[in-house]
Amino acid sequence: MELIVASTVGVLTAGGVYLLLRLRTFAVILGLALLSYAVNVFLFASGRLAIDQSPILSRYGDATYTDPLPQALVLTAIVISFGMTAVLVMIGLGAFLEAGHDRIDMDDDDTAQAKGEDA
Amino acid sequence: MHWIILPVVLPAMLAPLIGFVMRHDIVLARTASVAGTVALLAIAMGLAGMAAGGETFVYRLGDWPAPFGIVLVLDRLSALMVLLTATLALIVLIHAIATGWDARGRHFHALFQFQLMGICGAFLTGDVFNLFVFFEVLLIASYGLMIHSGGRERMRAGLQYVVMNLAGSTLFLFALGTVYASTGTLNIADLAARIPQIPADEASLVRVAAILLMIVFAVKAALFPVQFWLPATYANAPAPVAALFAIMTKVGAYAIVRVHTTAFGSDSPGIDDLTTTWLFPAAIVTIAVGAFGVLGARRLMPLIAYSVVGSMGTLLVAVAAFSPTATSAALYYMVHSTFAAAVLFLIADLVVTRRGSDALQAAPATGHNGLFAALFFAAAIAMAGMPPLSGFLGKLLVLDALRDPGFMGWAWTAILAGSLLTIVGFARAGSTLFWKSTAMPQPDPPAQAKADDPSGVPVTPLQLAPTMAALAALACLAVFAGPVSAYLSDTSTQIFDRDGYVAAVLGADEEG
Repeated sequence: MELIVASTVGVLTAGGVYLLLRLRTFAVILGLALLSYAVNVFLFASGRLAIDQSPILSRYGDATYTDPLPQALVLTAIVISFGMTAVLVMIGLGAFLEAGHDRIDMDDDDTAQAKGEDA
Repeated sequence: MHWIILPVVLPAMLAPLIGFVMRHDIVLARTASVAGTVALLAIAMGLAGMAAGGETFVYRLGDWPAPFGIVLVLDRLSALMVLLTATLALIVLIHAIATGWDARGRHFHALFQFQLMGICGAFLTGDVFNLFVFFEVLLIASYGLMIHSGGRERMRAGLQYVVMNLAGSTLFLFALGTVYASTGTLNIADLAARIPQIPADEASLVRVAAILLMIVFAVKAALFPVQFWLPATYANAPAPVAALFAIMTKVGAYAIVRVHTTAFGSDSPGIDDLTTTWLFPAAIVTIAVGAFGVLGARRLMPLIAYSVVGSMGTLLVAVAAFSPTATSAALYYMVHSTFAAAVLFLIADLVVTRRGSDALQAAPATGHNGLFAALFFAAAIAMAGMPPLSGFLGKLLVLDALRDPGFMGWAWTAILAGSLLTIVGFARAGSTLFWKSTAMPQPDPPAQAKADDPSGVPVTPLQLAPTMAALAALACLAVFAGPVSAYLSDTSTQIFDRDGYVAAVLGADEEG
């Protein structure tokens, strides 16, 4: 269980960081989505892993329950990252329509001038 | 006692009202937005008066006791930051209205109010996860403001800004997960109480969490090596928005002061020296980056943006010392540099609108050349830290606080050399813009008579008022430096009184 959760977080983070470093908007958005999945799983695990247990205290005083706080945190994180991804897609689309391409790096003043001189 | 939550609730109620009800009536939206910001300023003054006595006020949301419910905490530092936010917001808002920036796109006022809600909330909260939520509120509003009125470069810079901050938010969540996993709490006061009890050999996760949180706040505060988003963002944002963003970098600095002094500043081994070890060198390099950026900039807006980077470096050098005197110097410099950055962006907006471009090249002089030159140099003097404005006193206080041999060599060299480079950069930019321009031949009268020529547009008193007000604030800060620094000295004493903070938030019966 620990191995699965840990490697899930690791692989998602690695993939997310790789995609985040791409030059195209689409790949970067996917990378951020992967990163937010990774962090959700990570947050979930921060309250210790517990299988098949309810997040409420039992009436009969047996102490096995899973921590409810990380679940609330994950819910907040999911809502926020979902909304942010939507905003990012809209801004990315706007930038694509304005610039005509979806490269994410700004062209420097110097390179822009150099290109102008070449042309 | 419900006053404490009003700086959050008031903009939160006003923003949807402006966004949905007043979206087609710019006059109505302007009136509501100004009225809301004036009310916010009044509330902030009231809160500052409340907090000035030195008591720490706690507002329990839903009346849940502290470590379980979310709390808002009002002490001198929070009150100071909220007051600073409200003052800056009013100045920026009037500038945006007077210059017509708010009508160049949609929903400016709604986003502006949401931004204020996020900033005030971040300053007032006493819970690190709540801090994350308010960061997201202020960020999502800032995304909208950043791309306000659109344009090719602005959209692309905005995209970078959003991606950078989303990556930062993800890192914030990782940090919070680590904090929760290692300490079992997210309340700042509870963290301050629990971290000293963690044995040194089990504290490695807490150290990871402290450093992760510092990286997150460093992204906001534009600290080297994560400062690279700032120049492109500030240079391409609408100028009034860039002026408002002057407070956004301070949110990062505030979070470092609050979290790393109160929660992680305790005397537990391995944690207390961590921040100084990493923060101090990074801040020194930030000063250098800012100074060289000012010297190398070819456009006016990036030049100002780099001067903001440099001022954040100076601020964080003082913060990194983590001593009461250095922190009170840092707070003075924080108030000063917020207004200095804002006034530079506002005056640059007036100039750039009339010149048509912010390239640092001589061009035929625009109308009001002398007036703009005077305002620009006054602002530049403040930013670079020359007398008589508050920048000089601010840097003097910082230098004086860093006389400790461990800091003095690097800090004094960096701050003094950085100031010199900044002065040279601003002097060169100003002389190109304003003095060389007067030597340029004026264009033919017919060309100037064109209706769409912006260079001759007269400046109205309302357009000048915000810039003047910000400069007056800087002057007041210098004139009343005595009382102000006495207040700030009390503030930093209160920041370092961790037991008092913990006792106030968790209640006296809880072990502090």
